[in-house]
Amino acid sequence: MLYREAGQFKTSYSADMAMFPIRQDRIALVLLLLVAFIGVPLLASDYFLRAIFVPFLILSLAAIGVNILVGYCGQISLGSGAFMAIGAYSSYKFCTGVHLPLDWIGAQISIPPLPVLPSILLGGLMAALVGILFGIPSLRIKGLYLAVATLAAQFFFDWVFIRVQWFTNYAPSGSVSAPELNFLGWIAHSSIDRYLLCLMFVVVFAFIAKNLVRGSLGRQWMAIRDMDIAAELMGIRPLYAKLTAFAVSSFMVGIAGALWAFVYLGAWEPLAFDINRSFQLLFMVIIGGLGSILGSFLGAAFILVLPILLDQVPHALGIPISVETISHLVFIITGSLICYLLIVEPHGFARLWGIAKEKLRLWPYPY
Amino acid sequence: MKADVEPRTTVPGGIESGDVLLSVANVSLSFGGVKAIRDVSFDIRKGEVRAIIGPNGAGKTSMLNVINGFYHPQQGTITFKGRRRHDMRPYLAASQGIARTFQNVALFKGMSTLDNIMTGRTLKMRRGLLAHALHFGPAKSEEIRHREVVEHIIDFLEIAHIRKAPVGKLPYGLQKRVELGRALAMEPELLLLDEPMAGMNLEEKQDMSRFILTVKDSFNTTIALIEHDMGVVMDLSDRVVVLDYGRKIADGTPAEVQGNQAVIDAYLGVAH
Amino acid sequence: MIAFGQFAEVLIGGLLAGVLYSLVALGFVLIFKASGVFNFAQGAMVLLAGLALVRPLDYLVAHGFPVWAAIVLGLAFAAVVMAASAWLIERFVLGPLVNQDGLTLFMATIGATFIIEGLGQLIFGSDVYPLRLFPVDAWFLFENLFPGGILVNKLDVWGGLIAGVLVAGLAIFFQKTKTGRALRAVADDHAAAQSVGIPISWIWFVVWLVAGLVALVAATVWGTKLGVQFSITFLALKALPVLIIGGFTSVPGAIVGGLIVGAGEKVAEVYLGPLIGGGIEYWFAYVLALIVLIGRPQGLFGERIIERI
Repeated sequence: MLYREAGQFKTSYSADMAMFPIRQDRIALVLLLLVAFIGVPLLASDYFLRAIFVPFLILSLAAIGVNILVGYCGQISLGSGAFMAIGAYSSYKFCTGVHLPLDWIGAQISIPPLPVLPSILLGGLMAALVGILFGIPSLRIKGLYLAVATLAAQFFFDWVFIRVQWFTNYAPSGSVSAPELNFLGWIAHSSIDRYLLCLMFVVVFAFIAKNLVRGSLGRQWMAIRDMDIAAELMGIRPLYAKLTAFAVSSFMVGIAGALWAFVYLGAWEPLAFDINRSFQLLFMVIIGGLGSILGSFLGAAFILVLPILLDQVPHALGIPISVETISHLVFIITGSLICYLLIVEPHGFARLWGIAKEKLRLWPYPY
Repeated sequence: MKADVEPRTTVPGGIESGDVLLSVANVSLSFGGVKAIRDVSFDIRKGEVRAIIGPNGAGKTSMLNVINGFYHPQQGTITFKGRRRHDMRPYLAASQGIARTFQNVALFKGMSTLDNIMTGRTLKMRRGLLAHALHFGPAKSEEIRHREVVEHIIDFLEIAHIRKAPVGKLPYGLQKRVELGRALAMEPELLLLDEPMAGMNLEEKQDMSRFILTVKDSFNTTIALIEHDMGVVMDLSDRVVVLDYGRKIADGTPAEVQGNQAVIDAYLGVAH
Repeated sequence: MIAFGQFAEVLIGGLLAGVLYSLVALGFVLIFKASGVFNFAQGAMVLLAGLALVRPLDYLVAHGFPVWAAIVLGLAFAAVVMAASAWLIERFVLGPLVNQDGLTLFMATIGATFIIEGLGQLIFGSDVYPLRLFPVDAWFLFENLFPGGILVNKLDVWGGLIAGVLVAGLAIFFQKTKTGRALRAVADDHAAAQSVGIPISWIWFVVWLVAGLVALVAATVWGTKLGVQFSITFLALKALPVLIIGGFTSVPGAIVGGLIVGAGEKVAEVYLGPLIGGGIEYWFAYVLALIVLIGRPQGLFGERIIERI
């Protein structure tokens, strides 16, 4: 009875095309934003903000990026971790000043340290450029073969950020610390500050992502995903579509990487962005729903919360459980869920959510 | 809304109507050892409906693929709107005004009817990445403009009731209509239809024939179509070219072709 | 002469290491050739096989069984475990997904990977378990030709022999037997194969069983080399460049690809490494694979894929 479209007639294409055409959805969104911006900071504990909400937001952003590439454009990527790393280390370099001697031309590139916000955005841009580079093979190779190319990127950049000490400013331990998060005088220090910072990034980029996927570019991506031959015969340029997907995706993943390093970790090593991270992001997208912005959030929430649940619930019930066992259980549950979803609902939690909404529209009637 | 297939009207007016829009000359195509097309030449005049017929395996779909730029012939040339080429490229064909439908319905199964047809407008949409990221403003008004065109096509094809349905769930006949809509959205000068009536019952065929004729008359589009139903071919087309084993065996009006002995032999399977 | 001797040593070492990669790659080729599925879980299967072998082995030896008996029983037990997992995978993961596209099946095998890894370690433990099935000491060849001789690891030589036997056996299996032909049909087109009466469920079970046994063989060699531990699963990732270079559907390709990757890595590490800072082995194989991909997407021995509309 509550969730009904009766009486909501769209009298213009503009209204029909709106992001949330159903009024109840719009109300829900406003409520959600109110809770996110006001409710959570007021009510959530420091631990929750620092250890759950901040990583959730950042990983959701990364998942949106991965979803654009894998879910919307159908290009499988096993190298997202590397792009997070590129975003993180590039931002770090821009923050601390770039000094690159080019002896063979007798010149040098020297950029003074930039403030945090431009550094993060430039870090994302660097990731986007590299993304385009590694996207070029995707024109000739597809599916599995592309997965291998992205793996190449992953391992290569793992190596680069360990070996090429220029990136860590020659730190002896190989690990790096984040700069002070100073945004035009406002310093993001407390958990609430960090949370709001991430929230703002996520809201902005989710908005951009949603706009892109429901417009012409999103349709081109999906056309390439569904039947790239037919798409080409209709005038869609596979080059443009695939490279923009790589660029946009890597940009968002790179920014997420910078945020992960600066805001969440504080100090980090290349290991934070290794192949396990890539798999984690891929799982978020598969479980949450390929080709769905909402799905990116749901998947991130699930993957993040699962180990915590597996830790807290047995403890609450008094059953001792080792860290290793938790890790194994996470593997088993995640793997089973992926198989299950692929069989039963390839569009993941997002579709299940959509189905629940459908049932809600009919409620209290069964059909 | 059933309408009988209308008798052919006169060739519509147009600056170059009657002139040759596309011609293929001495085209040969092989895959490894298999010769799909052998030395085939014919033309398509602007404003006409040109049928390409022949038994299975004659090379008809391959011919369309050559025109589209999906296959590249080993020999021969393709002349479209006066420009002669050794082969076509898909993007070039599309941007020059060639659109097509496919034998096995190549719709984008993950998208709705509306979105599928909107993809046909891609070539006409100019706004770039940044505009789309912001949406409000130039990108949105462009989207609305093209949406109006697409809704016009949707009304014409009588598929308004399924515009938001994911195409993968639609029955085959409706899928073929959506595919036609997607091709029409490109506002093509030349429309290639690969067995548009395959798998349809009589009513659906009548609807489809009506659509095709309206496209020819109102949309001013030249049409080349592959079809097996002889009744449809005879009623709809202005001229017919017949292929068999990759060779052209007849070329002329439906009446001429119907009486051609070689054509009859080919269809009856006389050994040759 | 010394330099050549050193080069020969590095090369031979690399080639033999490459053969060990081929052992893992063979499992992939088998499944891909027979079902069109890229089985990401092959690495996890090597781990599972290794664990199912080494744990009972250690247990039996600790309880007084003679070593040879423990080995035989261990192998038998591991084979049973692999058969059981083959059946489970076919029943619950692949069967329901038959006729889906390759990418979906690939992702399902990623899911299976994690299940196998988690379950295997939960049941058998997650430490490093050393395995001593083959001699691992050094062997000096051609001492009369090169001063000091060329150092070769006996384990690697054993690996080479085993791989050779496996390859020959598999090649015969695919080309000459009825089941092999059925497997190739299934790889081409699931629906078509079903429609001519090929029992897909049974075929897939057979395939995964054989791949599981190949994984067991690989586990015996790699387990001796590295110890049976979780990081063995990353061998799957190393096998990918081998498959790209050799071709996904070719058994000889897996061998050649392995040789190229193994030798290439070692040679690059020794001769290029000092120039760029070492650790090249990490990514060299992938860059090599990338180059092959761009030039010849089907690999050296693979089949060309022609798309039709």
